Amino acid sequence: MQHSPTQDTLVGLFVASGIIGLFFLAMQISNLGSFVDEDTFTVTAHFQNSGGLKIKSPVSMAGVKIGQVSRISLDTDHRAKVEMKIQARYTNIPSDTTASIFTAGLLGEQYVNLEPGGLDDNLTDNSEIDITQSAIILEQALGQFLFKKSADK
Amino acid sequence: MLQLIQKLGQTTLASFSKLGRSSFYLGHILKCIPSILLRPRLLVNQLYSVGVLSFLIIAISGLFVGMVLGLQGYYTLSDFGAEASLGVMVAASLVRELGPVVTALLFAGRAGSALTAEIGLMKATEQLSGMEMMAVDPIQRIITPRFLAGIISMPILGVLFSSIGIFGGHLVGVGMLGVDNGAFWAQMQAKIDFRDDVINGVIKSLVFGFTVTWIALFEGYDTVPTSEGVSRATTRTVVNSAFAILGLDFILTALMFGDH
Repeated sequence: MQHSPTQDTLVGLFVASGIIGLFFLAMQISNLGSFVDEDTFTVTAHFQNSGGLKIKSPVSMAGVKIGQVSRISLDTDHRAKVEMKIQARYTNIPSDTTASIFTAGLLGEQYVNLEPGGLDDNLTDNSEIDITQSAIILEQALGQFLFKKSADK
Repeated sequence: MLQLIQKLGQTTLASFSKLGRSSFYLGHILKCIPSILLRPRLLVNQLYSVGVLSFLIIAISGLFVGMVLGLQGYYTLSDFGAEASLGVMVAASLVRELGPVVTALLFAGRAGSALTAEIGLMKATEQLSGMEMMAVDPIQRIITPRFLAGIISMPILGVLFSSIGIFGGHLVGVGMLGVDNGAFWAQMQAKIDFRDDVINGVIKSLVFGFTVTWIALFEGYDTVPTSEGVSRATTRTVVNSAFAILGLDFILTALMFGDH
C-alpha cells in the first residue's frame, strides 16, 4: 500500500477520536468527572441503621449534591459510622445540622440528606453531626404498621 | 469401529497440532514486534485498513444499538416510573457488554475476514514464499504490522462504539421520549465507575482484539493454498472468532464483575 498524507491524517484522526471517546467516557459517563479537582472536608455521623447506603452514595442538602459518602464502618456502640466528604466551598453548614438517610423515589438509591440547623458556628473538617435519623427499613415500617392495625381492632 | 477410533485420533492430533502451530506462530509474531516499532510506516498503513475503514460500520451500528437500547429500556423502565434510570441502563449495558462484544463481532466480520482472505491469497499466489526467497521474513514484514494494528484498533473502536451508542440512547431517550436530560447524565455518573466499568470494558476489547486478529492471521497463514481453501479459512475465521469472543466474554465477565 502506498503511503499518502491523507492516510496519515485519517489514522491520526482515528487514534485521536479514540482518546477523545475514552475521555468522554471518563468525564461524562463515569464518576471520575465529579470531585476531580475539588477540595473536600470530612464529616462524620452515627446512624442506628445505615440501610442500603454505600460508599459514593450522594450527600445532598435541599436536593443539591454537595458531597459523597467515603467510608461506612461499625463504631463501638454498634452503630453505623458514616464518613462523608463535603465539597470545601460549602463552609456555611450549621453545626446542628440533621443528617437523615432517605431513598430517592420508591426504588431508588439511598442518600444522606442534610437539613440545616440554626446555630451560627459551622461544620469544619472532622466535625461530627450529632442529630441523625436512620434509614427507614421497609420491612420494619410495614411490621409496625401491621402491629398498629391489629392493636386498633 | 477401528476406523471410527482412528478418525477420532486423527481429529484430536490434528487439532492439537493446529494449536501448537498457532502458538509458535503467535510467539514468532510477538518476537517481531520490536522490529516493527522501528518501521512505523507499515503499522500506519495497517491501522488505516484495519481500523479507520472499520470505523463507519462501528459508528452506525453503535448509534442504532444505542437507540434501540434507549427505546426498549424506556418501555420497561416506564412501567416502574424509573425513566430517569434510562441513562444508567444504556451506559452500563454499552460500556460493560455490548460495546466490547458487538464491536468485536463486527470487527471479526469486517477486518478479520479481510485479513484472512488477504494473507490466504498471498499464500495461494506464493507471495509469502517469494518473500522468503528474498530473505524477507513474511511474518515480520506482513503479519506483525497487521497483528499490532488489530490490537490497537479494537479498543479504540470499542470506546467509540460505546460513546456513540450512549449518544444514540440520549437521542431517543431525551430527544424523542422526553426523559429529563439532567437525570439522564446525573444517574449515569453516579452509577458508572471509571475503573470497574469503563476500564474493564477497554480490557475486554483489548483481549477480543488480540484473539480475533490472532485467529484471522493464523487462519490465513495456515490456509490450504487453493481458492476453496481461502474461502474455508475466511469462514472459519468469522465462526471461530465469534465462538472465542462470546466464550471469553463470559469468562472475563465472571472474573471482572463476579464479586459484585
